[in-house]
Amino acid sequence: MIRTILATLLSHWRRQPVQLFTLLAGLALATALWSAVQAINGEARAAYAEASATIGSGRAEVLVSPTGRIELADYVALRRAGWQLAPVLEGRARLGGTWVTVTGVDVLNYPGLPVSPDDEMPVVTDLLGDGLIFAHPETATDIGDAPDLPRIRTSQAVAPGTVLTDISVAERLLDRNGALTRLIILPDQPMGLTPLADLAPHLRQEVRDPGTNTARLTDSFHLNLTAFGLLAFAVGLFIVHGAIGLAFEQRRGALRTLRALGVPVRQLALCLLAELMILALVAGTLGLILGYLIAAALLPDVAASLQGLYGAPVTGGLALRPEWAAAGLAMAMAGTLAAGARALWRMIRLPILEGAGTAGWVDAAQRNTVRLLALGLALPLAGGLAVWAFDGLLAGFALLGGLLLGAAALLPPLMSLAIRVAARFARRPVAEWIWADLRAFLPGLSLALMALLLALATNIGVGTMVSSFRYTFTGWLDQRLASDLYVNAQSDAEAETLAAWLAPRVQAVLPIRSAEFDRPDGDLRVYGIVDDTIYRDSWPMIASAPDLWSRLHAGEAVLVNEQLARREGYWPGTELDLTPDLHLPVVGVYSDYGNPSGQAILSLDLLEDLRPDLPYRQIGLRVAPGTGPALAADLTERFDLPPDAVTDNAAIKAASLAIFDKTFLVTGALNALTLGVAGFAILTSLLTLWTQRLPQIAPLWAMGLTRRQLARIELMRSLALAAVTALVALPVGLLLAWALLAVINVEAFGWRLPMLLFPVDWLRLFALALVTGAAAAALPALRLYRLPPSELLKVFAQER
Amino acid sequence: MDPPVLLTLTDLTKTYPGADRPVLAGVTLTLDRGQSLALTGESGSGKSTLLHLTAALDAFDNGEITLGDTAYSTLTDTTRAALRRDRLALVFQQFNLVPSLTVAQNLALHARLAGREEADWTAHLTDRLGLTDLTHRYPEHLSGGQQQRVAIGRALALRPALLLADEPTGSLDEATSDTVMALLLDLVAEAGSALLLATHSPRIAGLLDRQTHLSRGTLT
Repeated sequence: MIRTILATLLSHWRRQPVQLFTLLAGLALATALWSAVQAINGEARAAYAEASATIGSGRAEVLVSPTGRIELADYVALRRAGWQLAPVLEGRARLGGTWVTVTGVDVLNYPGLPVSPDDEMPVVTDLLGDGLIFAHPETATDIGDAPDLPRIRTSQAVAPGTVLTDISVAERLLDRNGALTRLIILPDQPMGLTPLADLAPHLRQEVRDPGTNTARLTDSFHLNLTAFGLLAFAVGLFIVHGAIGLAFEQRRGALRTLRALGVPVRQLALCLLAELMILALVAGTLGLILGYLIAAALLPDVAASLQGLYGAPVTGGLALRPEWAAAGLAMAMAGTLAAGARALWRMIRLPILEGAGTAGWVDAAQRNTVRLLALGLALPLAGGLAVWAFDGLLAGFALLGGLLLGAAALLPPLMSLAIRVAARFARRPVAEWIWADLRAFLPGLSLALMALLLALATNIGVGTMVSSFRYTFTGWLDQRLASDLYVNAQSDAEAETLAAWLAPRVQAVLPIRSAEFDRPDGDLRVYGIVDDTIYRDSWPMIASAPDLWSRLHAGEAVLVNEQLARREGYWPGTELDLTPDLHLPVVGVYSDYGNPSGQAILSLDLLEDLRPDLPYRQIGLRVAPGTGPALAADLTERFDLPPDAVTDNAAIKAASLAIFDKTFLVTGALNALTLGVAGFAILTSLLTLWTQRLPQIAPLWAMGLTRRQLARIELMRSLALAAVTALVALPVGLLLAWALLAVINVEAFGWRLPMLLFPVDWLRLFALALVTGAAAAALPALRLYRLPPSELLKVFAQER
Repeated sequence: MDPPVLLTLTDLTKTYPGADRPVLAGVTLTLDRGQSLALTGESGSGKSTLLHLTAALDAFDNGEITLGDTAYSTLTDTTRAALRRDRLALVFQQFNLVPSLTVAQNLALHARLAGREEADWTAHLTDRLGLTDLTHRYPEHLSGGQQQRVAIGRALALRPALLLADEPTGSLDEATSDTVMALLLDLVAEAGSALLLATHSPRIAGLLDRQTHLSRGTLT
């Protein structure tokens, strides 16, 4: 019996291939966009994990020297005192024409050797004899031509651009004998050891946590992508919901007949569920394939953004992960269930003797108006309450969700009202018919129009945010990148040497030195700056007190970044406790985009007093106009610096903007895809409503309207609906932009951007909405235009 | 040997929610195996309700219906479905074919659901009903008379103990109606089924073994 029931149910799709295509395509698109985002996120997270594993066990305590060199004798002395340490020698070297970071470790003692459980363990003779280099496959290819290199073993666990090897090999590659860069303090230490500060007072203890700096930003980036993925999934589900609902309604008669022929309701429900799951599996698989292709296309841009903007290492390659495929299929099935639950429930409750037809469906949708109005008001209110009552990103996303879904729920009642008003002004019979017909079929199109509204509002919201961000960011970069050249040194000693050489050759040497301060609210990075016009003239301030610079350089005050000001309320007029004995008044708040953490600035003299062992690795230079490139070349050659040791302002600015644009290229692509899905939703709704529309259209045709006129009306109607939807989307999109800039950004990054308006973008989007509406209606209109009269006549035939 | 009485309706009462009077008020009747009975009456007299109750599609308020040795008042939803599937068949005025199945598939549907498909008998019915050339067509491509013949074939393919027909020719013209009725009665006799047929036409009622008239919910 089950086979017969399933065959009967599935036979519907054979007779309705367009509906089947709609359902499968809607679900496949939804799954594809969601899975693409998940694939990108998964790849990036795997890359962070690998990079973290390369360093050792992620967060580690280390000993470093202000000179950049730890003598071997120090290491031996500490080991003899009982300390369990892993020595590391690190530096930049040119191998086979490529600059890479060489990390040399004691391979027998190192906690994070990049060998996965499946790998064959290298034997000790391999490691210690001729040596072995671990490198990422991409890096291995780049350095493969280098002469006199030990055997290279590729490993995904090594970050790109880095090689890991034994210290003896690293000494040779870096040409540095008898010195170490840092000592990792291993977690398990014997009891009763002499403190390190007593044994080696000239060494400094630091915590190295490669993940901390990027985690918050990358998490926010991924959260944004996930939110986009979910939105695209939701838009896709609108299509699925519409298609399933219509299919169930069209089969009411057949289902009633099956019940009348003795099929128990339970078995029928199970078969309907099985049918839905079969469709979900097919569409989910298609969606996964499509999602993989989308992710593969977008991943290089995402990787570039994450690597460049946040320093998070991600390769551009995409691996097929079974858990990703399983999650995508599960999402497709869950989405199908969610989209079909209502139709399934109504079918289970369907009395056998109720009349067939679609009128009930339309009536029910009309009865929903009050419910939609209530939802449309309640959801944004709930979102607002969430932000008011709770802090955090989730509350921000609740507000976004409430705004979007509330607006979607309000659209049909608003549209119905607009049609009623327009109908009052209709004088000619055809116009009266158009409005009446539109009102009758609005319930069938509502879901598709909601999807279009969501897509347009998201476009406006995200577009406004991106444009505001880019505009502000560009201005900020101009101010903030005040120095003409930036120099990175590998040690304090090297920095001193470089600064001494540079001093007579530039207008100003601006040391960039910082230290971490342990405060009750968490660690705070504090920078020390020297007095220079470059800061006084161009440092971007959000809030400031009188005599800011003179008080700062007198060591009497402190500047804080926007993140610290917003999170902890440090504005001019308050005091920041840097140490238990030092309370400095805050005299200014500066904007600091791109940095997730709180930060403060002191005069360099005061900072050096507080931290005598302040590291010195970065130098900013103010140079005479036009002398930068020549000086950079001279400096690099004279001191044999790696190419990335000297950077000019313009290069950083160009790279920052390029990375920024790549970041938003991804959201732009998702935006476009979402709009495409919404357009597809309208097309499928029009196609699925086709059979119900014929009885409406045929009498008009019989009364003298040509098929060309009817087709034109069909097209105009779709354009009008798209236009009204776009008009409603504008305020919703602007509200969304406000929520993104004023709530989400502040919660995620700690800074608030000014909201700027870009009306030209709105006009472009309005035109795009009309194109979407026209494109969606083109096929049904063409079909109507070419419809044989015999088909229209069937409407009047008794036998139909 | 089976007792001759197949169907018994005893003092059957049914009132729809919100109605001011019962649609059926104490109806009692019997139908023997292989016998045909016409139920006549005006629109709204309760004919369709009586058929729906007999088909176990709806529940009665009082009284009892017994098919063979099965008393309806003891049935659950599942056993009611099983009764419809295995022992009853229905022919509706609006045919109620499954639009996505071909003629051949529609013909075999009920028998397949009951697990009692007889290929020879179905082929015989297809031939007798003049549907042999139409088996690959879908219902939308058939005339009303053809669709009703498919509905009759679907019901009889099961060889049901009782065939219930609600105005089976109500939407057909007179000539087609006569043809369909003649076929129906012939095939019911061949299948050995009993027939309870609701009609408002005395002419059609006259073709059956017995007639009974329903007026305002009671038999007269």
